[in-house]
Amino acid sequence: MDIQSIHPLVIFFAAITTNNILLTNFLGMCSFLAVSKDLKSSLGLGVAVIFVSTFTAPLNWLAYHKLLVPFGLEYLQYIVFIIVIAAFTQIIEMIIERVSTLLYLTLGIFLPLITVNCAIFGCVLFLVIRQYTFMQSIAYGLGAGTGWALAIAALAGIRTRMEKKSKVIAELEGPGIALIITGIMAMAFIGFSGIVKIN
Amino acid sequence: MSPIITAIVVISALTGGLTILLLIAEYFFANYGEVTVDVNAGEKTLKVKGGANLLATLASQKLFLPSGCGGRGSCGTCKCRVVDGGGPLLPTETPYLSDEERKTSVRLACQIKVKNDIKIQVPEELLSIKEFETVIEKITDFTHDIKGIRFKLPEGETIKFRAGQFANLFSKPYDEVREETSRAYSISSAPKDNKAIELIIRYVPNGMVTTYVFKHLKEGDKVKLIGPFGDFFLRDTDREIVCIAGGSGLAPIRSIILDLIDRGISNRKATFFFGAVTKKDLYYVEEFKEIEKNHPWFRFVPALSRDDSDHPYAKGLITDVVASNYSDLKNMEAYLCGSPGMIDACEKVLTSKGMPKAQIFYDKFS
Repeated sequence: MDIQSIHPLVIFFAAITTNNILLTNFLGMCSFLAVSKDLKSSLGLGVAVIFVSTFTAPLNWLAYHKLLVPFGLEYLQYIVFIIVIAAFTQIIEMIIERVSTLLYLTLGIFLPLITVNCAIFGCVLFLVIRQYTFMQSIAYGLGAGTGWALAIAALAGIRTRMEKKSKVIAELEGPGIALIITGIMAMAFIGFSGIVKIN
Repeated sequence: MSPIITAIVVISALTGGLTILLLIAEYFFANYGEVTVDVNAGEKTLKVKGGANLLATLASQKLFLPSGCGGRGSCGTCKCRVVDGGGPLLPTETPYLSDEERKTSVRLACQIKVKNDIKIQVPEELLSIKEFETVIEKITDFTHDIKGIRFKLPEGETIKFRAGQFANLFSKPYDEVREETSRAYSISSAPKDNKAIELIIRYVPNGMVTTYVFKHLKEGDKVKLIGPFGDFFLRDTDREIVCIAGGSGLAPIRSIILDLIDRGISNRKATFFFGAVTKKDLYYVEEFKEIEKNHPWFRFVPALSRDDSDHPYAKGLITDVVASNYSDLKNMEAYLCGSPGMIDACEKVLTSKGMPKAQIFYDKFS
């Protein structure tokens, strides 16, 4: 099947389930492990990732196809993608901070944390490698962000419960047990395979 | 156009465009004017440009809070107390703060934006660590391999340290040693004597800095020092004090005893066991005897391990001398300074006499 003919909606669902950027590619792990201690913070960070990946995916699609490809500069994609992501998050953060304190506390504060997040960067690289169209990349950005948010919210929920009830041996406390849970979640997500396929 | 020039032009245009966009956004949205950062209730006042995070703002003023991740909010080491002006607790901070810390308004410096005047509290030590360009005032030969050196600080500067802490001494390139090197030495002078510091240095054969000190340094030379550092210092309790030192380990103990005198603390008994091999290795004996005479709470016990000549000091290993002086050490605290071997042996003796490990403080020379 030609990849450009896949409906963007399919790509969106695949990015959440079968191709979950965190649980199948293990991208964006540092903030995932650090922030998942707290459910509220995790949701905020999740929303920020959705927001940034949804907007930077098409922005970088434009940068790649309208700037780098015409000039034959595809080899500079890494630098360009990082610059675009960094500039975008910086500007949005400044605007949010000035406009609304409430929005800043729930969303804006997380933006600097994910400027250098590899999930965002990985998402952009995948949409270039898989040769998505403009509409497909918006759907993929939204899906990848949503998938990441879903994974961190799930882990945060589990960790919050565990903290109250379970006895974890000292050696595995913190990131250790979080990684094991992530592994089990990743295995559970294999159950989605076969529903949709995008690569 | 050659591909290299195309690449340079395209990337410059892109980054230039984005930079202009950022500058415009910053001008309109992130312009907070000049704000004041008050550190430790007026001890230091910094005038800074608002808008950046607290960690970066402090770093630009040469006040470095520890930070592992460089401000990404993933390590939680840049904690400091924000007394006023920090704004509400942010969700990026909560995972790193305990209930106790939240109550005492501890915050993550990398997450707080300095948008208005702000009052913070940082550990005293961070404020007092400084670099000094000192001049050697005096060099004294204590024994055949131990010298005492007094470094005068630049005019108008003072050092604030706790008795027992150390400073790093930098050697300049000499002979075949091409690079500046530094080693840590305990401060032997009293904290009150804050316009100069004294270090006691024992010669280490082929030691990079000690060779420099013993073969090249003269009075009047300029030397760089950075300090104070270290968590070996006198704790503020009421317990009786047992100090044990060997060789140049006398330095921090001397500072501690002089500090007790300067602060007028006479309700704590203190005994200083100074271990040496022969009479030739003893120094500062007159000074400590004098202190013993004038201050009834202080006792000085030099001990010689291998000197059969006629002398008035205790005989035997320092550990045996300490052991024979006490029966129960449960309510005392100990300050040890010397070689790792000596400290380990002393710790064993002290704990065997009932002293809890938490009451034993030491500075191991390695």
